[in-house]
Amino acid sequence: MRKPVGRFVPLIVFAALVVFFAVGLVWNQTHDARFVPSPLIDKPAPAFRLPRLENPTQFVTKAELLGKPYLLNVFASWCFACGDEHPTLMAYRDRFGVPLIGYDYKDAPQDARAWLQRHGDPYHEVITDQSGGTAIDFGVYGAPETYLIDAKGVIRYKHIGPLTPDVIAKELEPKIRALEGSGT
Amino acid sequence: MKRLLAIVFIVFALALGAAAFAIDPLPFKDNAQRDRFQHLTRELRCMVCQDESLLASNADFAKQLRRQIFDMMQQGKSDKEIKDWLVARYSTFILYDPPLAPSTIALWFGTPAILLAGGIVVVLLLRRRTRPAGSIAEDLGDDW
Amino acid sequence: MNPELGQVALILALLLSALQCVLPIVGAWRGSRPLMATARSLAIGQFVFVALAFGILMWSFWTNDFSVAYVAQNSNLSLPWFYKLSGVWGAHEGSLLLWMLILNLWTVALVVFGTKLPEAFFSRVIGVLGFVAFGFLLYMITTSNPFLRLLPAPASGADLNPVLQDPGLVFHPPTLYMGYVGFSVAFAFAIASLLGGELKSTWVRWARPWTNLAWGFLTLGIVAGSAWAYYELGWGGWWFWDPVENASFMPWLIGAALIHAQAITDKRDGLRAWTLLLSIFAFAFSLLGTFLVRSGLLTSVHAFAFAPARGIFILVYLAVVVGGSLLLYALRAPKVTGGKSFALASRETLMVIGNLMLTVACAMVMLGTLYPLVGEALNIGRISVGPPYFGPLFLILMTPLVLALPFGPLSRWGKADLGVWKRALIRIVALAVLAGIVAFVLRARGWYQLLGVAAATWVMAGVALFAIKRWREAPRGKRYPFEMLGMMLAHFGIGVFIAGAILTRSMSVEQDVSMKPGASVDVGAYDFHFNGVAETQGPNYRAQQGTVVITRNGKHVVTLHPQKRTYVGGQVQTEAAIQAGVFRDLYVSLGDSIGGGAWSLRVYDKPFVRWIWGGGVLMMLGGFAVVLDKRFRLKRAVEPETVRAKPEPAAPRKLAEGEA
Repeated sequence: MRKPVGRFVPLIVFAALVVFFAVGLVWNQTHDARFVPSPLIDKPAPAFRLPRLENPTQFVTKAELLGKPYLLNVFASWCFACGDEHPTLMAYRDRFGVPLIGYDYKDAPQDARAWLQRHGDPYHEVITDQSGGTAIDFGVYGAPETYLIDAKGVIRYKHIGPLTPDVIAKELEPKIRALEGSGT
Repeated sequence: MKRLLAIVFIVFALALGAAAFAIDPLPFKDNAQRDRFQHLTRELRCMVCQDESLLASNADFAKQLRRQIFDMMQQGKSDKEIKDWLVARYSTFILYDPPLAPSTIALWFGTPAILLAGGIVVVLLLRRRTRPAGSIAEDLGDDW
Repeated sequence: MNPELGQVALILALLLSALQCVLPIVGAWRGSRPLMATARSLAIGQFVFVALAFGILMWSFWTNDFSVAYVAQNSNLSLPWFYKLSGVWGAHEGSLLLWMLILNLWTVALVVFGTKLPEAFFSRVIGVLGFVAFGFLLYMITTSNPFLRLLPAPASGADLNPVLQDPGLVFHPPTLYMGYVGFSVAFAFAIASLLGGELKSTWVRWARPWTNLAWGFLTLGIVAGSAWAYYELGWGGWWFWDPVENASFMPWLIGAALIHAQAITDKRDGLRAWTLLLSIFAFAFSLLGTFLVRSGLLTSVHAFAFAPARGIFILVYLAVVVGGSLLLYALRAPKVTGGKSFALASRETLMVIGNLMLTVACAMVMLGTLYPLVGEALNIGRISVGPPYFGPLFLILMTPLVLALPFGPLSRWGKADLGVWKRALIRIVALAVLAGIVAFVLRARGWYQLLGVAAATWVMAGVALFAIKRWREAPRGKRYPFEMLGMMLAHFGIGVFIAGAILTRSMSVEQDVSMKPGASVDVGAYDFHFNGVAETQGPNYRAQQGTVVITRNGKHVVTLHPQKRTYVGGQVQTEAAIQAGVFRDLYVSLGDSIGGGAWSLRVYDKPFVRWIWGGGVLMMLGGFAVVLDKRFRLKRAVEPETVRAKPEPAAPRKLAEGEA
């Protein structure tokens, strides 16, 4: 009785699996394994009304910021990685071409002020969210995170983790230019 | 470098987790509500410590979301409404239960397909190997 | 003791393993007895050097030699001595060395206990194990050297992760690896039989005790891990379908299928190709598990720190070892004819169905574990797969198996005996229903609980019925051979496990409370009284220790002391306080200070949780019992008349030369 052809099946299936893993390993080199795509891309940013760090009696609302695109950078004084991101923000603050707004996340205002004083303030404006309630509406789950919001208040890009020159060049700047190009 | 920073981000997130705690006394109305809460949060993923459930996680983020969910339950929202609310902000990744979507068809139908394939193989095997009970020679000796 | 000696030992072991994988196999192929005889000495030699390397690493830990980078990363001066020693396998490099040591232990055991196996077959087995060892040693030396130096040496090291400072670390990895790595023996036997072109299946009988032993250890390792997670992680869970847990569960499922397939091949000469395939799969899944844990592909609290080279190397290793085996299988698999026929309602059919369900369950777990990677690789977003996927599917797949379980032993080989089935069915159904009613009376509620009780009774009654039948029908002294005893223990253990898993799940009560000293809360039938928190100290930590007195109907049950520890390295760790009982656990975990002396606490009443591990231990004992059966003792050196697939003209001449 001739041998059944099915005996090659396990080998073929296994070979496919190895290829799959190899692809996965390669992917892993170039991607952050913890990255979760935001469901809010191309959706309106949540409406917010948050106090300014400089003067907590004054508030900044989403409506006020409409009209031109801006970057919203979620940071905190207790966040180590924000310290790593900081020099990049300082270097790029005027090169972005759009305002850089700091979003102080679950932080005591005096701690944030001290931190900015110590390290330098790259932000054109800083708003605070002490309770973190609004941050949930943004889908924030850690710091640092950075959002690019267009003139109509729609989130166009989100980056999780520290911004690096590489990310800025490859991902963020093209998106900013696209916004400016389309006149939104 | 980027990977290093990502690792720092992770380490930070985990360090944060070690500080706060998952023990979170919440004023439930009754045992049924508490059980519902535990069941629901057990099926949601903590986005920070990504392989712990919202119920178990020590992270501050998890604590905050637990409060949020508790408040929504008090407001009378259903489980589905709560899940939809979370998914709108955090994507379906926050659910441990992968929803049936084009991207998860292979996941949900894969197992039945494998079972079917295996079943066919078994049936073929049995057909080839089995004989009517009467025609099998009596086996002497211990039937073990 | 110079750590560099450890490196030298590993390199020597590598060289010996290279010889070990070549010489004996060539010897078997050519029929050269001198070459085949090298197998034993090479295996022992490799073991000596690996053990030496392991001993040197352990010595480095013992003597606090922080100039060794691995020691500095995983130990410090104030670590208790037993965690210094078990810290050896607390991280990637050391755990690989443990893997190697255990592989060598199994190989040496074969050398010692396998003296009666035919020479050629034995040589091939040792050769295959040498090949496995070679790859792993190469991997260690090139990417994961535990003896790298850290200069200048720090005065004290980083701390061992507090989660790992626990008796669990002493038991869980070694027993788990004994299982994982133990499947390499079944693997080696299968490959040896393919290499030798064996047509008879006697090799399966030789393989069975080794496979059962490995499976028993793996069961123990998984049980240890589950119990450890339960009391270490502080929230009463015992299984999370975490990717790394799944990585150990997949080989377990295949192993369970394998030990049954081997029984059929051994006794009825059936399923030969399938047994071969499963033997390859079991070890393949062990290697897959090793790959997943160390490749960085999966996020898990369990995963070791990864580096790209490590992932790539293991993948290549996996591809070569498993791919090579499957290729060999495809080319050399025995013809599928053969094997005694059997009736549809016979034991063979039931066992085949059992094999099917176990294998599909393994495939399901693999699908769910790997699917998130698919999502990422194909860029279709982050897909999340967790307990709500694995749990229900596993339950569904296991249902036919559980239903069939009592009838397997009661059936006969080959013949159908529907009468026995009918009578047994009536009795088992009656007992299961009765158990359900009793449970209902004892205030069990809900379909889940009642079905759980019924299912557990179904299985346990089945075993009991078989035991009684056997007692009546078999002559004294031959009633329960070890193989059968093993089966009974393991199957009974399944019933115990079902009861534990389902009842714990449905009957546990868990509550987070904030309490001031003097307050109390009642959970189930118990009252938990909180008596405040005091400071205390341990060898390498300071702790806040709570005192909780538990009473039932006013009578004192136990006083528990949950702790919140701060270790020298700064990490904070909760130590839950548990009162373990056969029928229920009481569990208290300390939370945060809320102010004013009040603290948040988590209190649990967990009925039947120990039955989960009790069932597992019974399964393990079953596996071990099978090993002792005299069926597997080779009385004299066996020389099988193997009819080779290809003619070997060189062999007779070489033999003549050897003997001249």
